[in-house]
Amino acid sequence: MTAAAGYNFAYLDENTKRMIRRALLKAVAIPGHQVPFGSREMPLPYGWGTGGIQVTASIIGPDDTLKVIDQGADDTTNAVSIRRFFARVAGVATTERTSEASIIQTRHRIPETPLREGQILVYQVPMPEPLFRLEPRVAETKRMHALADYGLMHVKLYEDIARHGHIAISYNYPVMVNGRYLMAPSPIPAFDNPKMDRMPALQLFGAGREKRIYAVPPYTPVRSLDFEDHPFVPIRADAACALCGSRESYLDEVVTDDRGGRIFVCSDTDYCRERQAAQRRDAAE
Amino acid sequence: MAYVAVKGGEQAIENAHAWLAEVRRGDPAVPELSLAQIEQQMSLAVDRVMAEGSCYDRGLAALAVKQARGDLIEAAFLLRAYRTTLPRFGASLPVDTGAMRVRRRISATYKDLPGGQVLGPTFDYTHRLLDFALAAEGEPPPPAPEAPAEETAMPRVTGILAQEGLMAPEAQSDAEPGDLTRQPLAFPADRSLRLQALARGDEGFLLALGYSTQRGYGNAHPFVGEIRMGEVSVELVPPELGFPIEIGEITVTECQMVNQFAGSKTEPPQFTRGYGLVFGQGERKAMAMALVDRSLRSAELGEEATAPAQQQEFVLYHCDNVEATGFVEHLKLPHYVDFQSELEKVRQMRATAMREAAE
Repeated sequence: MTAAAGYNFAYLDENTKRMIRRALLKAVAIPGHQVPFGSREMPLPYGWGTGGIQVTASIIGPDDTLKVIDQGADDTTNAVSIRRFFARVAGVATTERTSEASIIQTRHRIPETPLREGQILVYQVPMPEPLFRLEPRVAETKRMHALADYGLMHVKLYEDIARHGHIAISYNYPVMVNGRYLMAPSPIPAFDNPKMDRMPALQLFGAGREKRIYAVPPYTPVRSLDFEDHPFVPIRADAACALCGSRESYLDEVVTDDRGGRIFVCSDTDYCRERQAAQRRDAAE
Repeated sequence: MAYVAVKGGEQAIENAHAWLAEVRRGDPAVPELSLAQIEQQMSLAVDRVMAEGSCYDRGLAALAVKQARGDLIEAAFLLRAYRTTLPRFGASLPVDTGAMRVRRRISATYKDLPGGQVLGPTFDYTHRLLDFALAAEGEPPPPAPEAPAEETAMPRVTGILAQEGLMAPEAQSDAEPGDLTRQPLAFPADRSLRLQALARGDEGFLLALGYSTQRGYGNAHPFVGEIRMGEVSVELVPPELGFPIEIGEITVTECQMVNQFAGSKTEPPQFTRGYGLVFGQGERKAMAMALVDRSLRSAELGEEATAPAQQQEFVLYHCDNVEATGFVEHLKLPHYVDFQSELEKVRQMRATAMREAAE
């Protein structure tokens, strides 16, 4: 399959890609720091992954293999739409297998299968500013980042503990990158946060509407904020996947009837399918 | 029965698009709208789409209106997404609205003035009674009476005030203005950037903000110094020629609001300007823009910023309807994963609360 006629490879023109790559290089050089960039209007709506799409479009080459997931799944409608977009404008190979992909664009999850060196994980980010619920003025949060003035967030976490007994953030749980910048990991469940720490793959974050790019280079320490006496605890549903039996993966709850019936299944469809295939192979042997 | 994970997003999307194409066309027994019909008979919709889509092309705007089934925000989005792929080969010279071929020009501050008041094609003073005669397709109306064009110049009202020193002069600069489609907004944003953002901002949002300044949220005392609508020339200096050539003509609406300013330690009491300029015939938008422009000048005029319309970040980050509609509507995308973690968290917190209540 070749790229769509009338458009440059991967949709963006080369000057725009160069501008975005410069922002990416700066972001990699200052892990966790938000770099403003001249985000373009994309043919998909803002809030639907335009930042991730622009990052992917600027780094993808004809030899890349792209995987796109939304909520951990390859076949959610928006993931299908973005994968088709790149198949159309870049003509690149796509895959649903985490291990086969060189670039994985994601919304709201980190794959269960550990990523390796050379892979790139591109996150779609709705709100890049980790402090925005506490301080909506960007001019002010910029100053706070410059001074590493993160007291406001620590107070918020402390107040959660005082009020509820534990920190009441379950997703988009703030992390400290390389001991310097407070960063929004995008709305991944807090369960996924530990996977970011010293990940061998490069992690890139694109926020199109907010016009910010940030990055976590391979093997960078990423620590979820916590207190010595209230350590960070990732949570998942206390159940096993109804399809593959996993007790380690992050689960989606599926309501099966209107009498309270529900089961749990892996949110990472590729991980679940691989496990089921392995189980079938084992049973056949 | 074993649970089978939901599949079929790809097929569902294709089917949805086919259905959309069908309802866009509507009943095939009804004649299809032509782009010329939209351009001519829905001309204010076309103007609005050009303004908020930041692209002056009536044909493309008409196509966007047709493709968007008349949803003007969707149409502006289509036009923006097209615009962003266009190459840039230069910047025009500033358009001179003083030399406009005026079709409408009114002032609320002077009863009469050089060039006179010209009502032009306006809804003002129409009685808003549904005209049932329009429901039946009939003959086109007779041509409107025409007077011979007057050669008198139409100086801007703000210029008349400025001659007396009553109008605060604007900061003049030949520096190249910023471009918010290439560089993200940074705050504080200078006036040229603010006006850029407002010019492509949502009419409804700016209307409500402008209205709020009249109702006490921002302490405005505006007068319509002048509104003018008509055609202006667009000139470009090609580098190989070195002198300006006219490359075309566009229709714009300009509004200059005159506001009282009590003066400060360094400035005598005088009038200050709120400025609005939009593509096409967009008077409501130009007026709202002028009100909001003036209230966003609070910082430079040493006024206390207490109202939403005076806060740059609030106004400029939220006035873009393509950004706003995308983010609001993204809430319909799946959020199972986050919701699941919220479920677990709420269950955990409820268990703690109930245990404590029982103790």
